[in-house]
Amino acid sequence: MAEERAAAFTKRSIKTSAKLAGLKMVVSMMDLTTLEGKDTPGKVAYLCRKALQPAEAKYNVPPCGAVCVYPNMVKYARKFLGDNSPVHVASVATGFPSGQFPLPTRLNEVRRAVTDGADEIDMVINRCAFLAGDHAKMFDEIAAIKEACGPAHLKVILETGELVTYDNVRLASEIAMQAGADFIKTSTGKVSPAATMPVTLVMLEAIRDHFFATGVRIGMKPAGGIRNSKQALHYLVMVKETLGDDWLTPDLFRFGASTLLNDVLMQIARRVDGNYQGPDYFSLP
Amino acid sequence: MKTKLKPVKLSAKRAVIASAQPVVPLNDRRLTFGSRWDYAPAPEESKNYIIPPRHELFINGKFVAPHSGKHFDTINPATEDKITEIALGDAQDVDKAVKAARRAYEKVWSKMPGRERGKYLYRIARIIQEKMRELAVLESMDGGKPIKETRDVDLPIVAAHFFYHAGWADKLQYAFPGRTPRPLGVVGQIIPWNFPLLMAAWKIAPALACGNTVVIKPSKTTSLTLVRLAQIFQEAELPEGVVNVITGVGETGTAIVKHPDVNKIAFTGSTEIGKQLAEMIVGTDKCITLELGGKAANIVFDDAPIDQAIEGIVAGIYFNMGHVCCAGSRLLVQENIFPTVVKKLRDRIQTLRIGNPLDKNTDIGAINNKPQLEKIRELVQSGVDEGAEVVQTSCTLPARGYWYPPTFLTGVTASHRVAQEEIFGPVLSVMTFRTPEEAVERANNTPYGLSAGVWTDKGSKIFKIVNKLRAGVVWANTYNKFDPTSPFGGYKESGFGREGGIQGLAAYCRLD
Amino acid sequence: MNRLDVKKTYKLYIGGKFPRSESGRYLPAKSPAGAHLDNFAHASRKDFRDAVVAARAAVDGWGKATAYNRGQILYRAAEMLQNRAGELVNEVARSTGVSAAKAKREVTLAIDRLVHYAGWTDKYQQVFGSVNPVATSHFDFTTPEPTGVVVVLAPDEPSLLALVSLVAPVILSGNTAIVVASEKFPLPAATFAEILATSDLPGGVVNILTGKRAELVSHIASHMDVNAIVDGAGNAELSAKLQAGTAINLKRYAKHSLASADWFTSKVEDPYWILNTVEFKTAWHPIGV
Repeated sequence: MAEERAAAFTKRSIKTSAKLAGLKMVVSMMDLTTLEGKDTPGKVAYLCRKALQPAEAKYNVPPCGAVCVYPNMVKYARKFLGDNSPVHVASVATGFPSGQFPLPTRLNEVRRAVTDGADEIDMVINRCAFLAGDHAKMFDEIAAIKEACGPAHLKVILETGELVTYDNVRLASEIAMQAGADFIKTSTGKVSPAATMPVTLVMLEAIRDHFFATGVRIGMKPAGGIRNSKQALHYLVMVKETLGDDWLTPDLFRFGASTLLNDVLMQIARRVDGNYQGPDYFSLP
Repeated sequence: MKTKLKPVKLSAKRAVIASAQPVVPLNDRRLTFGSRWDYAPAPEESKNYIIPPRHELFINGKFVAPHSGKHFDTINPATEDKITEIALGDAQDVDKAVKAARRAYEKVWSKMPGRERGKYLYRIARIIQEKMRELAVLESMDGGKPIKETRDVDLPIVAAHFFYHAGWADKLQYAFPGRTPRPLGVVGQIIPWNFPLLMAAWKIAPALACGNTVVIKPSKTTSLTLVRLAQIFQEAELPEGVVNVITGVGETGTAIVKHPDVNKIAFTGSTEIGKQLAEMIVGTDKCITLELGGKAANIVFDDAPIDQAIEGIVAGIYFNMGHVCCAGSRLLVQENIFPTVVKKLRDRIQTLRIGNPLDKNTDIGAINNKPQLEKIRELVQSGVDEGAEVVQTSCTLPARGYWYPPTFLTGVTASHRVAQEEIFGPVLSVMTFRTPEEAVERANNTPYGLSAGVWTDKGSKIFKIVNKLRAGVVWANTYNKFDPTSPFGGYKESGFGREGGIQGLAAYCRLD
Repeated sequence: MNRLDVKKTYKLYIGGKFPRSESGRYLPAKSPAGAHLDNFAHASRKDFRDAVVAARAAVDGWGKATAYNRGQILYRAAEMLQNRAGELVNEVARSTGVSAAKAKREVTLAIDRLVHYAGWTDKYQQVFGSVNPVATSHFDFTTPEPTGVVVVLAPDEPSLLALVSLVAPVILSGNTAIVVASEKFPLPAATFAEILATSDLPGGVVNILTGKRAELVSHIASHMDVNAIVDGAGNAELSAKLQAGTAINLKRYAKHSLASADWFTSKVEDPYWILNTVEFKTAWHPIGV
């Protein structure tokens, strides 16, 4: 039924004013991402500027929620954005994307990234521990990493493409939330499949039950595989109809994406200008 | 560089959540399904479909005026506006139609090889696929159903029924081992208002595939799409008289049932009328199949995945406004998960959108007709009077039209009227059970026996319960699924005979 | 000045595309009177190898398509063939020398045969499968499943109808096929490939090779990734070689030796042909709380 319920959200037709409002919300929720071996300060500069001002002023588009980069790039992002930026700096850490590294080095990465200026840390869970049945170890590591984060918020990436079953995703979500996650996140984007609607739905339902059990609202971030505006709006519908209005904020929902942004901007421009757009008119991040 | 780690023991220390999110006190933990980011209207384009002001009967391949010269209005139940006029057929028109059907049967249809009959049905299926959107819009306008359902559920299955049965027309000898199937002759069919075109497909496709000819009457509140289907028969060059459509009222249907030259009757509708029809054919040679009402139990065990079961409960009773004979209208939930299920159900129905059936975001459309709306109100009131608690969504209903919000009643026992009588609306009666045996007992404790649902993660339990439920269709971990290959029909007072699949063909053949 | 016609190049059909033979070879197609018609591709063992790879890659997707969808695609092939019937009538007539009327009869039957088999995709399971009343408390059912990659050998005549009659019952259940077409009259088969390519049939589900059977037979018989052979070629010597292939990896082998006229009868519309290339899966599950 999870797949059926998820499919039902894709039938919602979001038009006119709702579409424009939704698209702007999507931009404000975006963690604009670059995670490549070939990233350099120059690339990060493009990313940061784009996140701060995604489109021409006339479209009235808010800045993105955050930029998301590798630990070595954090200090450059901080420099380009300054200390009081509406765009947060998120860093992947803990041996991203595989996580197959000793805990001490993973914790060190986190501390350094936070020291360099990261507001948020996107960690990966220890899939080896989870799939081998050592849930306590998975829990303990998340708790330790949360501690290492200090004031930074922690997003916990489950890598749902490797967990495969909905039961696994649900269990991993629950462990992550109990261990200290501020956000749970679907994927690194380096493994296929990345985020899907049914997987995200299962995680939202876990968040819902956790809220009723503890009173704490945990955030959700689907990442990878969301390429166009229509899909992004379907995710927002899913959040609205599963968790309600309170989760429709960048404090509790983010998109991990890069090519999505310009598609959203083109759709915003179409609504504002009234005609179909072309990519030449929108800067590359 | 070495880092000192403080070991974190699972039991000794809970992680401190340094989030900006406050801890909400127990009594304030609720979800807000409000108007933040309201969806804008998303109407399906309907202005391009021209609806002529008047429709006639379809007899012998042509549209002809009714013998009485009279027509009646059909309205859009969402607005109470008149859509068009429908011909009022009477016994004379029925007689003409039966004669046309008999002539077509003897001269053309019974002589035609199955392969060719099948190709007509394939043509019809393909044309329906082409016109799917238009038919879906008309179905929504005339019946009140949400376009989301007519577009994505009703119409695709309509086309699939014709496609599936087209393939049987030249293969009947494989469906009945040791017997030679032959057509019955002229069949009379009467269909209801809850799935007008779908019921037409369920009736006409197997009848034609097996070599019979048809006289069919739709419900008086939903005649439009069947008349459109008749146009499609013309377009497909279906030989004259093979299908005849007589629109009208109750008496028109009676005339079909009583006509001496009709060999078989197929009826879908209320148990009450079904019994009357069964009486009418006593002493004749006519065969009859009946698909009648239901009061299905949807059983949720404590080892069911609860969030998924909630979706199944919602799909079971709120699909098509609960105007479904096989609706899961009695929720039997294991007592130990009752509070959780009720809470989740209460939240879930808040996200159901009621409104204009032609809006693509509408989940719950209009109640099809005024008498049905009054019946729903009366039965819910009886529930209240008999001590049950009503939970409804808080939504503004449009001023005109027939509307009823998604509702469930808790504190219902087997002796409440709302647990016994078919409400045929978006109203769920919630009851509890303690053991699997009790669940089965209570599920079977009804004169009806059309369908049931079972929700549990345990496979062996599914098969055990499926075996014990006295219902013609059992859905396990799903609900309201229909397919032309899958036989559908009831036990006990929900009727007899099956539609769909191999078993469904038997009703339309003589097995020599 | 007279207008010059644009002549068609006849190629193989592999993986949804129309490549030439990797060997670069071709053969001339001649009419029975000896006139040169057109050249066609002379498939090599490597083309056959590539076709098996394409067929294997297509098995998953085609098997997962709903029976309804497979039926619709076969019906669409009938729609396409009906619409281009004149073209196929021409190919059959000029290739084999039969009259236009006889060619038309063949093409018409091929269309109806596709329609007939389109109607079996979602029914043969109900006719040949079962729920079994075992003596223990178990739910026990048997259902047919496609065997996988099937090589189909068509006879020389009738060059279109036999191919259609052999391949439809194979693919309707979810198998994918490599067809070795008529050796004497390959042009109708090559044109029929175009019909399939425009029927929403996924690439690789049917692959059509033209050339010389004798060259390919030993590779067909010995290929370890072929699950079954349906032999309609009607050549005893080749049949023996093909059947020997069952010993190598237990390929299923089915032979249809029919006289040319037999293919025009309803004897050939037989759901039992479907069973040649399905496996029966039986599953048990306990009943009880």
